[in-house]
Amino acid sequence: MLVFIAIWQALAAYFASHTLPTPAIVATVFWQSCVTGELPFHLGATLLRLVVSFSIAMLLGCALGIVLGRNKRLDAFFDNWLVIFLNVPALVTIILCYVWFGLIESAAILAVVLNKLPNVIVTIREGTRALDQDLLEMAKCYNLSKHDTLVHVIWPQLHPFVMGATRSGLALIWKIILVVELLGRSNGMGYQLHLFFQLFDVASILAYTIAFVAVIQLIELMILKPLDKKALQWRR
Amino acid sequence: MATMSDIHINIASKFYPAIGRAGQHLAIADLTLTLKSNEFICLLGPSGCGKTTLLNIVAGLDNDYKGDIFAGQSHSLPKIGYIFQNPRLLPWRTVRENIDLVLGVQSSSAVVDGLLEVMQLTHFQHVYPERLSLGMSRRVAIIRAFAVDPDILLMDEPFVSLDAPTARQVRELLLALWNERPHNVLFVTHDLREAIALADRLIFLSAAPMSFISEIKVPIARAERHNESAIEAFRWQLLNDYPLIKTLL
Repeated sequence: MLVFIAIWQALAAYFASHTLPTPAIVATVFWQSCVTGELPFHLGATLLRLVVSFSIAMLLGCALGIVLGRNKRLDAFFDNWLVIFLNVPALVTIILCYVWFGLIESAAILAVVLNKLPNVIVTIREGTRALDQDLLEMAKCYNLSKHDTLVHVIWPQLHPFVMGATRSGLALIWKIILVVELLGRSNGMGYQLHLFFQLFDVASILAYTIAFVAVIQLIELMILKPLDKKALQWRR
Repeated sequence: MATMSDIHINIASKFYPAIGRAGQHLAIADLTLTLKSNEFICLLGPSGCGKTTLLNIVAGLDNDYKGDIFAGQSHSLPKIGYIFQNPRLLPWRTVRENIDLVLGVQSSSAVVDGLLEVMQLTHFQHVYPERLSLGMSRRVAIIRAFAVDPDILLMDEPFVSLDAPTARQVRELLLALWNERPHNVLFVTHDLREAIALADRLIFLSAAPMSFISEIKVPIARAERHNESAIEAFRWQLLNDYPLIKTLL
C-alpha cells in the first residue's frame, strides 16, 4: 500500500500533469467532498441500488439455480435462454430497459438484475448438480422434511457456490450499476463520475474511486469473511 | 421402545434398464422374506449379487420394482433406520446435531443420551464428524439408525474397511445396543464369522438374478456369541455341511 502511494507520488511529481494529481491533492478533494456531503450522498444512492438489485438477483438466482439443477427437463428447456442472457452485452439490456420502461429507478434496478441473474443461476445450478447423492439418499430414507433437507442437507453444500456467486456478483454489479447511473439517473457514483469526466476533474474521479475501494473492502471484511468463517468452522 | 411389527418383503422382480450396449439386467427374482419378533437376519452372497439393491428397495430409495413391502397388519410402509457402507454423516453438523436432525421435532434428549452412552460416544457428542475416526463415525451412524426407533434396521456391510479389532469392538457395541433395544435387522455381509456372531438366521443368496439358496438358523445362544471357538466350530460345521457356501463368499 505504502509502496503503491510512493510510486504514485513519484509518477505524479515527474509528469506534473493536471491529469495525474498527487495523492495529497486527491486526499484533499476526498476530504472536501466528504465534508460537503456530496460523496456520501452519491455513494449512498449507489449502495442502495446495489443492495436492492443484488438481493433480488441472489434470491431469484439461487431459487432458479436449484430448480434447474434438480430438474433435467426444465434445465434442457432453459439452457439456451440462459446462454443467450449470459452473453447479451450489459449495455444492450440497460438501454432496452430505459427505452421500454422510461428513465425510472425500477428500470435501473431491473437492468442490473437482468445482467447479474444468469451468472447466479449458472453457478448455483452447477453446485446443485454436484450435490452428494449419498447424503440426499440418507435424507430420504430418514424421512427428512423438504424444509430440513433444503436447509440442513442441500444448502450447506451450496455454500461455497453461493459465496462464489456473491463475490463475482458484487464485482459485476458495481461495474454495471455505474453504467446504469451514467446513462439514466441523476444521482449516484456513475452520474458523478460522468460529470467529472466532462469537467476533466481527475482528482475527484480518483477520490471517488478510493471511496469505492474502501466500501468493497469493508463489505469483504465485515460481511463476507465472517460468513465464510461461520459456515466453514466444521472443516478440519 | 421397539415396535414389534412384522416386516413382509416380497420382490417379484427388479430390473435395471438397458444402458448403451448392456442389455436389461434382472437383478432380483422371486424373493420373499418375513422378519418376525425383532429378528436379526444376515444376508450373505457373492459381491454384485444385488444385496445393496435389495436394501435400497426396502428403504424406499428405489421404487422401480415389482412387488410389495409392508410392516404389520396395516400394510403401511416400514419406518427405516439405514446404516450405509459409509457413515453418511453431515460434516457440518456435530455428532449430536446429526442424530437430532433425523429425530426432528420428536427429539428426546434422554433417548439420545442413552444411545450415546451405550456406544461410548458421550464425550464426542459435540465434535464434528471429520474429527472422528472411521470406527467412531460408524458408531454415530448406528446411533442415528436406532434413534428413530425404526420398524426395520438395514445395515449394508457397516464394518467393512475397519481393522479387525475395531470391527470387533463396534460389532460388540452394536450387539449390546441391539440386546437392549431389539429391532428387526437386515444385515448384509461377506464375512461368515461376523454373520454367525450376529444373526438369528443366515440367508444365503445366489448371484444375479438374486434369489434364496438356503437359510440356516444359528443355534448358538446369545450369551455364547462372544465365544470365538463356538462361532468357529459352527462355521466349520456349516462349510462341511454346505460346501456350496465356499463358492458364494
